[in-house]
Amino acid sequence: MPEPPRFIATLDSNSRRTPVRIAFLTRRTSPQVKVADDDVVMTWPNGMFRALVAIELLVIALIWLSVLWDAPLEALADPMQTPNPAKAPWYFLGLQELLHYFPPIVAGVLIPGLVVMALVVVPYFNINVEAEGVWTKNRQMRLRVFVVTLFAMIALLLAFKVYAVLAPTLLIGAAMLAAARPHPNRRFAIWLASKPLSYWIVTWFLITASVLTIIGTFFRGPGWAWVWPWEL
Amino acid sequence: MMPAMEGYWNQLRRTRVWKSVFRSGTGTSNLHRSQVVQQSIFLHLLAVKVRKRAISFRVTWYLGTLSTATFAILVITGIPLMLYYHPSAPQAYADMKDLQFVVTAGVFLRNLHRWSAHAMVLLVFAHMFKVFYRGAYRTPREFNWVVGVILLTLTLFLSYTGYLLPWDQLAFWAITVGSNLLSAVPLVGEKVRFLMLGGHTVNANALLRFYVLHCVILPAVAVMFLAIHFWRIRKDGGIHTGELKAAVKEDIPHA
Repeated sequence: MPEPPRFIATLDSNSRRTPVRIAFLTRRTSPQVKVADDDVVMTWPNGMFRALVAIELLVIALIWLSVLWDAPLEALADPMQTPNPAKAPWYFLGLQELLHYFPPIVAGVLIPGLVVMALVVVPYFNINVEAEGVWTKNRQMRLRVFVVTLFAMIALLLAFKVYAVLAPTLLIGAAMLAAARPHPNRRFAIWLASKPLSYWIVTWFLITASVLTIIGTFFRGPGWAWVWPWEL
Repeated sequence: MMPAMEGYWNQLRRTRVWKSVFRSGTGTSNLHRSQVVQQSIFLHLLAVKVRKRAISFRVTWYLGTLSTATFAILVITGIPLMLYYHPSAPQAYADMKDLQFVVTAGVFLRNLHRWSAHAMVLLVFAHMFKVFYRGAYRTPREFNWVVGVILLTLTLFLSYTGYLLPWDQLAFWAITVGSNLLSAVPLVGEKVRFLMLGGHTVNANALLRFYVLHCVILPAVAVMFLAIHFWRIRKDGGIHTGELKAAVKEDIPHA
């Protein structure tokens, strides 16, 4: 039997590290320490320095922007003269684009209301917290529900001719189906398969919102008709 | 820093006056570095130590820091803009022209305010998605995520109320389009719209209301929620850096 290791007990006063819990695993031949936490550094100066550099770069970029481009200023406000098209600020143009397809109660009230509510409840759903791949459990049943939902959405979007939302929906739907049958050797496929439902919903939302906002900003002219950016 | 400069700097920090103001004296020990954070009313919302990984660019892209920075720029540029602005129609528009032709660096001031406002909306959205994708909303950080959603809506309202203030065609019709959406809300929509605009259409009352919301009410509320947001980062265990790989290190020296 080998001789048990002898320890030298020392008190380490290095305060740059948080205290660690140590667990002696008795069945191993050597005592081991499980790392319970990362290394830490001081907020001042380490963290502050990085923050200041980031802020400085941002300020430089914004000052350049302000020197090179002037903020828009049109003619005096005139309630009698409606510009065509009248556009909301850019971050609401996704909603304004939806207004083109759906009645105001849906595009202006229901959808934004649901989005804000969904954002608030995101962290309170266990399905998000567990963060399991969407197809890891009950695969057959979930696939059936998913396919039905996908087809219902496609039908709805086709009925209202919302091609701008249909495209991202098809894209995400296809990716989710691909994730349901991961190729065991492809890293990307395995990575896709590990994504939980919330990941897919938020990614769908991100792409859809971006597409709608870009269309509303650059591709809509008089009467909210389709134009190309260079015709604006 | 040159050695001589550093000497003066340390000498300054040793003076009675400096210590009376900042409480933390001189020194580069970790105790003194902790005190810089701990003894400042502004910094003490933060923890004195931070995980090494949490301050790497990869984890956060510094999006929260940068969102806060744009907010600071907007306050700093917004206050001098208030000095040249009257929230009445059509004087507000004349003030825009004055900024352009009369006030020194007036155009630059307005440009910086406007582009920073757009940058803030963009950064806050990006911050939200980044936090989602690295799973930083999970327990125990749920409520801080909710505070973040409140801050997002406050950001949008701040930007939206500011949009009307130049009182040009762009401002007037953008607010008209936006506020018309409110009428679609069943039962209360029409009433809320009236309350917001101070009338049935966008008019001088709306301009005054938006001005007060933009310069007083919304920034004050935003500062309060920002304080809660930062403080909760510390209380909820610092910036989320993801699961630790079950790394096993042989740390104890063998004899």
